[in-house]
Amino acid sequence: MSDLNAHVVIIGAGHAGGTLAALLRQYGHTGLISMVGDEPIPPYQRPPLSKAWLKGEADADSLALRPLAFYGEANIDFRPSVRAVKLERSARKVHLSDGSELSYDFLVIATGARAIALPIPGADLKGVLSLRTAADAEALKAQVGPGKQLAVVGGGYIGLEVAASGRALGAEVVVLERETRLLARVANEVLSEFFRDYHQQRGVRFELGASVTGFEGVDGHVSGVKLADGRIVPCDAAVVGVGVIPNDELAADSGLETARGVVVDLEARTADPHVFAIGDVAHRPMPIYGRMFRMESVPNALEQAKQAACAITGRPAPMGEVPWQWSDQYDLKLQIAGYAFDVDEIVVRGDPASGKFAVFHLKGDQLQSVEAINAPPEFMMGRQLIGNRKPIDKAKLADPTVSMKEVAA
Amino acid sequence: MAKITYIQFDGTETVIDVKPGLSVMEGAVKNNVRGIDADCGGACACATCHVFVDPAWLDKVGQKSAMEESMLDFAENVEENSRLSCQIPVTEALDGLIVRLPESQH
Repeated sequence: MSDLNAHVVIIGAGHAGGTLAALLRQYGHTGLISMVGDEPIPPYQRPPLSKAWLKGEADADSLALRPLAFYGEANIDFRPSVRAVKLERSARKVHLSDGSELSYDFLVIATGARAIALPIPGADLKGVLSLRTAADAEALKAQVGPGKQLAVVGGGYIGLEVAASGRALGAEVVVLERETRLLARVANEVLSEFFRDYHQQRGVRFELGASVTGFEGVDGHVSGVKLADGRIVPCDAAVVGVGVIPNDELAADSGLETARGVVVDLEARTADPHVFAIGDVAHRPMPIYGRMFRMESVPNALEQAKQAACAITGRPAPMGEVPWQWSDQYDLKLQIAGYAFDVDEIVVRGDPASGKFAVFHLKGDQLQSVEAINAPPEFMMGRQLIGNRKPIDKAKLADPTVSMKEVAA
Repeated sequence: MAKITYIQFDGTETVIDVKPGLSVMEGAVKNNVRGIDADCGGACACATCHVFVDPAWLDKVGQKSAMEESMLDFAENVEENSRLSCQIPVTEALDGLIVRLPESQH
């Protein structure tokens, strides 16, 4: 079911929604496109918020996916600062927070995810921040600078990126992590230890196995983070990066299936042929792993925007992708391909002490994922090997003197 | 401003006035020029902003970093004049630049 004249309503103006709107026009869609976003600005890139933007190396113009004028020129009805409050699928209508409503032929839910707020005392103090939106990043930037003390709650990628940027801006940084190692949910021990050492050498302090029980404040502004062992870690600002929750309520309330994310098929369509879901909010099939899951990454948002744009305009679906993501910290570039499902063996290629190495995750003789630090060949060839499911010669893979092209041959 | 001509694989030409300070990639993406995906937004992490720089301009667009070189080494259909367009900063000196886009970025 596709139609170049259909009225497409996109709920959410993030990376997924913004890309979809532009792709629809690139693919020759002539029908009305409405895009509703709850932020006051047009779609922008979130990844730089914890990196280049925070460090002052990128401005608002360079953050924007496209300039505001583009949407008018491309005849995209962009509605900022508005949310969808109710989806009435039987009438193919969505109700918005400004009291208006939009009828649709196709609705695309691209509502993303929101940062988890810690349900602990003091979480509403000024200076207790999360980092998801440009407004969050503005607030954080105002608090970070030479001599300032920054506490980062959560030792995941966002937390570590903020720590690195905080150091670059001259702040004292302490990272508080509940688990006994960093990146516990998303990476293996080799990477955890490498990042801990790398950050420590650059002046970041870590409290691992630290349970945060509350925030202390002075005159309504945060002054410290309280730990379960009674200690108080003083700070001028605290950034909480402990994960996100998908904004799937609009879909769930309309009776669509959700599973911590809106359940969709290979073309990003829900069980309702008129409704799609893309990006961080979607729970999608990933055939190379034979399972469904939800991803939080820009490449995933772009891929699903492509899937939905193809389905709506009647193009063949894009070829299945190998998911990937990246993180920049100091002079380190981490590139990750795939996900480490059902892994029974780890192969480390190169010496972590050299600052250039890769960790390969295997299931039998098949590659499931690779984490590459300053190692583009390992990332690029690893990504290819995950996609083509070729059996891997582990001895060759473990030997950095054998080129990745030969490993993949 | 620098006038940059982006030539699609099918021969379609788009001429864009790009503000110095942006990259050649940003000049395309922000104006919805097809053919440059730029999945990573300019972090030199994905090799989906691959372009062929017109030979007359090759020495004016600057040198490749080791990271760019390494990423290009594993991209598809790479030629002598291949560059990642996110790694080419636009300056007034690039007024008139011509780049050609590959058939696909993946």
